[in-house]
Amino acid sequence: MLKDVTLGQYFPGDTLIHRLDPRTKILFVTVYIIALFVAKTWVSYGSLLLILLISIAISKIPLASMLRGLKPLTIIIIFTAVINIFYNGEGRQLFSFWIFTATDAGLIKAGYMLLRITMLILSTFLVTYTTTPMALTDGLELLLNPLKKLKVPVHEFSMMMSIALRFIPTLIEEADKIMNAQKARGADFETGKLTDRAKALLPLLIPLFVSSFRRADELATAMEARCYHGGEGRTRMKKLRLAAADGIVMSFSVFLLAAIITLARFGL
Amino acid sequence: MEPFIRVKDLLFRYEGEEELPPALDGTTLDIHEGSFVAILGRNGSGKSTLAKHFNGILLPQSGSVTVCGMDTKDESKLLEIRRTVGMVFQNPDNQIVASVVEDDVAFAPENLGIPSDEIRRRVDEALKLVDMYEYRRHSPHLLSGGQKQRVAIAGVIAMKPRCIVLDEPTAMLDPQGRREVIDTVTRLCRENGITVILITHHMSEATGTDRVFVMEGGKVVCEGEPQNIFAGVECLKKLGLTVPDTTELIYRLNASGFELGYGALTVSDCAKEIAFALKNKRL
Repeated sequence: MLKDVTLGQYFPGDTLIHRLDPRTKILFVTVYIIALFVAKTWVSYGSLLLILLISIAISKIPLASMLRGLKPLTIIIIFTAVINIFYNGEGRQLFSFWIFTATDAGLIKAGYMLLRITMLILSTFLVTYTTTPMALTDGLELLLNPLKKLKVPVHEFSMMMSIALRFIPTLIEEADKIMNAQKARGADFETGKLTDRAKALLPLLIPLFVSSFRRADELATAMEARCYHGGEGRTRMKKLRLAAADGIVMSFSVFLLAAIITLARFGL
Repeated sequence: MEPFIRVKDLLFRYEGEEELPPALDGTTLDIHEGSFVAILGRNGSGKSTLAKHFNGILLPQSGSVTVCGMDTKDESKLLEIRRTVGMVFQNPDNQIVASVVEDDVAFAPENLGIPSDEIRRRVDEALKLVDMYEYRRHSPHLLSGGQKQRVAIAGVIAMKPRCIVLDEPTAMLDPQGRREVIDTVTRLCRENGITVILITHHMSEATGTDRVFVMEGGKVVCEGEPQNIFAGVECLKKLGLTVPDTTELIYRLNASGFELGYGALTVSDCAKEIAFALKNKRL
């Protein structure tokens, strides 16, 4: 169950996508997501899907690993799509029961929704899979830098995020260990009613919480011992630099957004 | 010569433990630059509390700690003290900040505001010193305990400290990892002249050191060269410490009539000592 968590995972590599500046990737994926919501027809969806597939191909990340990340989200995706079938008054009626009526327009809308969510998730996965967490949070910090003028704690926020990403595998390992220890003493996590199973998780969560606090305390001491004193006067070993490829990708993202908006205007 | 670290009449009591005896109760010791020092003591003897005083993580409630002439209570010197005295903790998982080995080693120099290419140089150098250079792009959570602890040591070396304090660095490691860590810090002291303060309750780890301090009840109860300290087998046992196997063997042989010296701490020295004694006895 915990093995499927791919959040914050990084697939090492040296492809064009890996080498792009994290800021470029974050900006591009933001534009891409906006485009997904602007898109209305098969033409625009098709081109967006094509861009995604080409990017995945360039990154050399196996499609299977990309799809594995979707697994824990399957229920949410299907649920959203199914709701969309019925949540539509227009179009020819296909069948109906109780208060639900399915129409052909609703079915098409559900198809779009399914594509939209899947593509949205896959595109963000591609960014996290091809960028080290450190680079990702560095990029985010630099992008949000202007907000520092408004006293938004941007550095603290990005530090918190990178530490959270760093500790995901550690905590998963620990949760697994506690779970096994509980199982060895007869705890049952897999059978029974949903409420029973939720209750069975309590003895897992409490030790996990307690140990997280202990870890946080030790980590803070260790960081202090290594001269951490906030973002002020901090330098970076890996300075982020924008290369020619970043310029091209950023120009392309502007073009993409313009193109999708134009297509939507013409009802395509 | 002015000692590198001078601890004088240190008193420290944790908050909320007012009814218990203080964790440190008049600790006094001097550590000289370039030496390899072990601080021994059982759980609760105050050795970890003492360790946290060497770089100002804890501040003395009375008495003083002076590092290179700087008082740890002087807040303006705090950063300077922390870059002079680096610290490695017990649990390697809880002191690694980044998700890639080299990014973690770069953490301390980044905090110190060192220029990028200088950081790069220091990180590579530090990783080579602890023999982890080929793992620089790995994710720390996939490394073994000993490797993680060596990464943590590299993360401290990258600050270019003059002293490293290791607070029970081997407590969570297997024998293999234990040896890796001890060999690494021994090399750092002997070849690079870094002062090493090793806090441990494993007597065998203290055999290669220059000076041993034994703590009990928040005080230093005895100090000296390892051979002399270990010769007091009965005293150490009373303090709840186990002596190295070689010392234990010599102690038992002596108890049954041999007259062996306690100078032999390594297995081969001990074997030689016994062989020599046996030969003489037969004559």
